[in-house]
Amino acid sequence: MRVPMTLSLSKDTVLVEKEQDVVFLKNRVKEVAVKIKMGLVNQTRLLTAASELVRNMMRYANGGKCHIEVVSSGRVNGVRLTFIDRGPGIPDIAAAMRDGFSTGKSLGLGLPGTKRLVNEFDIKSKVGEGTTVTILKWANG
Amino acid sequence: MDKIPILRMGSYLLVTIQVDLYDRLALNLEADLVQMVQKTSAKGVLIDISAVSIVDSFMGRIIGNIAGMCKILDSETVVVGMQPAVAITLIELGLPLKGVHTALDVEKGMALLKSMIDETNYDDDDDYEGADDLILE
Amino acid sequence: MLQKKKKTILELWMKNQLADEGLREDLISNDELRSQSEELVDSLVGNLSLESSIDVDSDAWSPVVEILGGIAITRARQGFSPRETGNFIFSLKEALLEVLQQEFAGDLQTLFTESLKINRIMDALSVVTFETFIKGREEVILRQTDEIAEISTPVIRVWNGILALPIIGTLDSARTQIVMENLLQEIVETGSSIAILDISGVPAVDSLVAQHLIKTVSATRLMGAECIISGIRPEIAQTVVHLGIDLSNIITKASLASALAHAFKVMRLEVRKVGTVQK
Repeated sequence: MRVPMTLSLSKDTVLVEKEQDVVFLKNRVKEVAVKIKMGLVNQTRLLTAASELVRNMMRYANGGKCHIEVVSSGRVNGVRLTFIDRGPGIPDIAAAMRDGFSTGKSLGLGLPGTKRLVNEFDIKSKVGEGTTVTILKWANG
Repeated sequence: MDKIPILRMGSYLLVTIQVDLYDRLALNLEADLVQMVQKTSAKGVLIDISAVSIVDSFMGRIIGNIAGMCKILDSETVVVGMQPAVAITLIELGLPLKGVHTALDVEKGMALLKSMIDETNYDDDDDYEGADDLILE
Repeated sequence: MLQKKKKTILELWMKNQLADEGLREDLISNDELRSQSEELVDSLVGNLSLESSIDVDSDAWSPVVEILGGIAITRARQGFSPRETGNFIFSLKEALLEVLQQEFAGDLQTLFTESLKINRIMDALSVVTFETFIKGREEVILRQTDEIAEISTPVIRVWNGILALPIIGTLDSARTQIVMENLLQEIVETGSSIAILDISGVPAVDSLVAQHLIKTVSATRLMGAECIISGIRPEIAQTVVHLGIDLSNIITKASLASALAHAFKVMRLEVRKVGTVQK
C-alpha cells in the first residue's frame, strides 16, 4: 500500500554520440511524455530542456548517454531524464547556473533556463570525470 | 535535407520552416538567408514557424541573429505563427527575443512588413490597416 | 474452522450493519451492501483460515486490501461520513469476535490468542480503510480544484480581434499557467491581435503576481499579439510602485473600458453616436 516518494515504472537508455542520436533521443522522450498523457505545454518544456542538455553534452563532452524513466509519485506520473557524460566537468557549478554565464559562445541560458522549465533539477560534476544532470517533469506540473 | 527553401515574393523573402530545426539546419538557414537578402536586396523577411514545436536557446539565438543581420542589410524581419507552448517555453527559458517583430499569421505578418517598409520609405502610413506594430522590448 | 462459519459471520455482520442507526439506505441499497459484505468476508475468511502471516502489508493480503480499498474509495465518492465507513469495518470485527466467542466458549486460552490475532488484523485493515477513504476524499477535492480553475478563467471575445480575460481571485503560479495557456490558445484560434487581462477581481498584486503578469504579456507578444492589463485599482497601483515593480513595458489601463478604447484606437476603429458626422 505504501508508495515511496517516487517510484520508477520503466527505464530506457539512449546513447548519444552523433547528431542523428539527438533526434532519436528527442523522439523517445516525446513518445514517453505522450504515453503518460503529459499536456502539450509541459511536453514542450520537457523537450526543450532535453534539447538544451543534450546540446551541452555534445558540445562539451562529445556525447554521452541518457536514461529515460517514467516515475510515479502515487498520484501523478512524470518523466525523469538523466544525462551522463564523461566530459571535462564543470569547475564552478554555481556560476554555470547563473543567467548569462557561458564558457562557450552561447547566451548562457542553457542550465538556468532548463531549471526553470522542469520541476526538479539536479547537477553533479567532477572536473576531469564528467557531469550528470537529472531533470524531472510531472505530467501536470 | 540540410536546407530550408527561401521563396522570393517581390521585395520580400518568405521562409516556411516545416520541420523541427536541428542545429546544422538552423545555421545553414542563417547563412543562406543573409546571402539571399544581400543578393535580392529584399526589403523584408517573413519567417513562418507555425510548424515548429520546439525552439531552444540555440535556435532562439539564430532567430535573433537573423533579425539583427537583416537589419544591418536594411531589411525588416517578422516571425509569424509561434505556437503558444513555444512562446511560454521561450519566456521561461529567459529568451524574450528582444528586437524581433512578431505577428500571428502570414497575412498579418505581411501587413506588418508592408507598414514598416512604407513608413521608412515615405513616412506615410495612411494605408496601414489593422496590423499592430509590435516591437518586442 | 472459520470457513464453515462464513455464513454465520456474514449474517451477524449484516445484522450489525442493518441495526446501526447510521445505515445509509439513501446511498447504498441493502442488496448492494450485502454483496459488498459477502465479497469481503469471502476473501477475508479465506485468508484467515490459511493461517498465513498476520502482516496485512504482505502479498498474501493484497486481495483483501484491494477489495477493502475499492469499497472505501467508492464510499468516499458517494459521500459516506468517516464514522459510517468506520462502523462498516468495526462491525465486521464485532461479528468475527462474536463467532469466536461462541466457538471457543470453553477454551479461554485459545479464545484469547485468537481474539488477539483477529484484533490485530482488523485494526490494521481499519487503518487501510481510513487511508484509502481519505485518499478518495482528497481525489474529490483535487478534482474540484481543477474544475474551479477551469471555470474561473473564461476567455471572452469582446470584439472581432479583441479578447478579454477577467481574472477573479488570487493569481498563483498554477493559476497563471492555466490563464496563460487558455489565453494563448484562444488567440491562435480566433486570430485576435489584442488581449485584455482584467485584474479588477485580483485581491492583491505582489512581486510574484506581477512576475506572472509580465510573463503572460511577454508570451503574448512573442506570438505576435498585444496584451493590455486593465482593472488596476488605486491600492494596487500604490503597492506596485512601493514594491518597486517595473511595469513600464506593459500597457496598463485603469478600467476595462479604457483598455477597450485603446484597443479600438490600435485597430483604427471608432465608436460614434448614430447620426453624428465624422469630422
